[in-house]
Amino acid sequence: MGLDIKIPIGLMFSIFGLILTILGLVTSGDSAMYEQSLGYNINLLSGVIMLLFGGFMLFTSSLFKKKKSEE
Amino acid sequence: MHTSFSLGTIDWTIILIYFIFVLGIGWALKRYMKDSTAFLEAGRSLPAWVTGLAFISANLGAIEMIGMAASGAKYGMMTIHFYWIGAIPAMIFLAIFMMPFYYGSKARSVPEYLKLRFDEKTRGFNAFAFAIMTVFSSGISMYALALLAQVIMPLQIDWNIMGIHIGEFDFYLMVSAVIVLVYMVLGGLTSAIYNEVLQFFLIVIGFAPLVFIGLKDIGGWEGIKANLPENMMHSWKFTGSADANPLGVEWFGVAMGLGFVLSFGYWCTNFLVVQRAMAAGSMSAARKTPLIGAIPKMFLPALVVIPGMIALALSNIGELDIPLKAGTDIKDFDKVIPVLLMRYMPMGVLGLGITALMASFMSGMAGNVSAFNTVFTYDIYQSYIRPKKSDKHYLKVGKWTTVVGVLASIMTAYVARSFNNVMDFLQLIFAFVNAPLFAAFLLGMFWKRTTGHAAFWGLIGGTISAAVHHGFSLPVGGSIGIKGGFFGLVHTYPSEMAQNFWTAIYAFSTALILTFVITLLTKKLKTDDDLKGLVYSLTPRIKDDSKYWYQKPGVLAVIIGAMAIVLSIIFW
Repeated sequence: MGLDIKIPIGLMFSIFGLILTILGLVTSGDSAMYEQSLGYNINLLSGVIMLLFGGFMLFTSSLFKKKKSEE
Repeated sequence: MHTSFSLGTIDWTIILIYFIFVLGIGWALKRYMKDSTAFLEAGRSLPAWVTGLAFISANLGAIEMIGMAASGAKYGMMTIHFYWIGAIPAMIFLAIFMMPFYYGSKARSVPEYLKLRFDEKTRGFNAFAFAIMTVFSSGISMYALALLAQVIMPLQIDWNIMGIHIGEFDFYLMVSAVIVLVYMVLGGLTSAIYNEVLQFFLIVIGFAPLVFIGLKDIGGWEGIKANLPENMMHSWKFTGSADANPLGVEWFGVAMGLGFVLSFGYWCTNFLVVQRAMAAGSMSAARKTPLIGAIPKMFLPALVVIPGMIALALSNIGELDIPLKAGTDIKDFDKVIPVLLMRYMPMGVLGLGITALMASFMSGMAGNVSAFNTVFTYDIYQSYIRPKKSDKHYLKVGKWTTVVGVLASIMTAYVARSFNNVMDFLQLIFAFVNAPLFAAFLLGMFWKRTTGHAAFWGLIGGTISAAVHHGFSLPVGGSIGIKGGFFGLVHTYPSEMAQNFWTAIYAFSTALILTFVITLLTKKLKTDDDLKGLVYSLTPRIKDDSKYWYQKPGVLAVIIGAMAIVLSIIFW
């Protein structure tokens, strides 16, 4: 099939990662909010992991390969 | 303790973005859906890692996320048997021994393989039974999603449309049905498989924070161990007798019932999962599909079973309230995942966790609908209703079948609403239909003499013997009805699991013996030439074209088998 599934996966997790990373940074001083997650800023943690995963998926997708071959 | 969640704008945004991507994948695939092969078989063009993850994800429906977390709380580490002995050996067998026939025979479905190998009636029986089963499974996933959604996303819906009352349950049922319908009609099997891959990553990434925080809270593995009875912390150690372990089954029942009959019956013959492997782009990719799927399967208990055990351990020390089943004093373990999400996840990751949960239900739904589509279009419609039409006609029928499949699922979702234990009910259906099926495949694939009449009557006899065994037995404390005993009570099992495993063992044995005996009494109608590519002894050994030695299916199978054995020893 013509669609490379890595592109939507990479995009979605990059967006999720971005949202949670920003949320994590904005709320980083909010100890009341993170009381239920035992003090861990779980949004920032998950956000960064998702950004890395999303980035990796996009980087290894056909999107990147095609550009390379065209150059 | 709150009884419902309060979701923030960010949580809703995440859920919404997920739905946009799900529908977007279907929309992006629309232009490739030019013939029935593209729509119903994904064009047989997908890479092994995609089909491998979809292979596991299609099975990650309602049974997995809710049922297995509940089992984790009920049976502890014994639940691991559903992942290791109850899956890995069968996946390896499928990859090494069975995929060459499924993929090489050019059959488009499991029922079609049965027609090529045996005869028309065997295919017909399997096609109809399978079609009914997939609609039920899809409906149960849909029901579980709507049930859960109304708890975790209360919207206060109370509409009255033309005299029909629409509550939250109905609303979420319709929303999920429409989303699945749209992306399935647009992109067919490819859409289902691509979304399953997306869902797989979402489930892993969405559940990891919950397990991480939960483990920190209880004090890690040692903390779970300190607060649960010892027989819940081992997989095999307490299987010497059925009474000593929470599952209520002894080692023979586990190994033979779950590990052999139910597991091989499910993973090797259920078109829902086999279809993913058949959509692969080459024989080598098809054989690697179950092997690639086996790797995440082995580690899924960490995300699914462990939360159940954490919840029970916390509840045992009075740190967590597990809600009771309505009108009883029995803990409702089906709620452990939402309860843990509610407890540990702040806004943001909460939306992610809920999205992951919904993804698992939708993959369960879509997976079954896609398998139903192919079997209905090729094995029922093309075979019995309108044969010899143009491919365009069957493409159109495939699309309409999606609509019919989703509508039928909605109906079964309402049927499922009247049964409480979804998991045990599914097990029951699998035992009745799937257990005898593997007997037919085993004899059919490895004994060229096996005849069509024998396979057919073996299947019928096996299914009847499953019903008879169930009708004469009951689990301890069970009442006559769906739990069994409707023909009179001859034997009482220590647990429902034990009864299910033994139903499967009886059904399989009956089918095996019947097929063997009838084969000897009937004439072989197919010539050796007809059976080429369908039977082990008449099929040339395939040479794998993998580039490197470690990519060969045989090597992968040995590595995966060894990993499963090592894990079993560690958690003995």
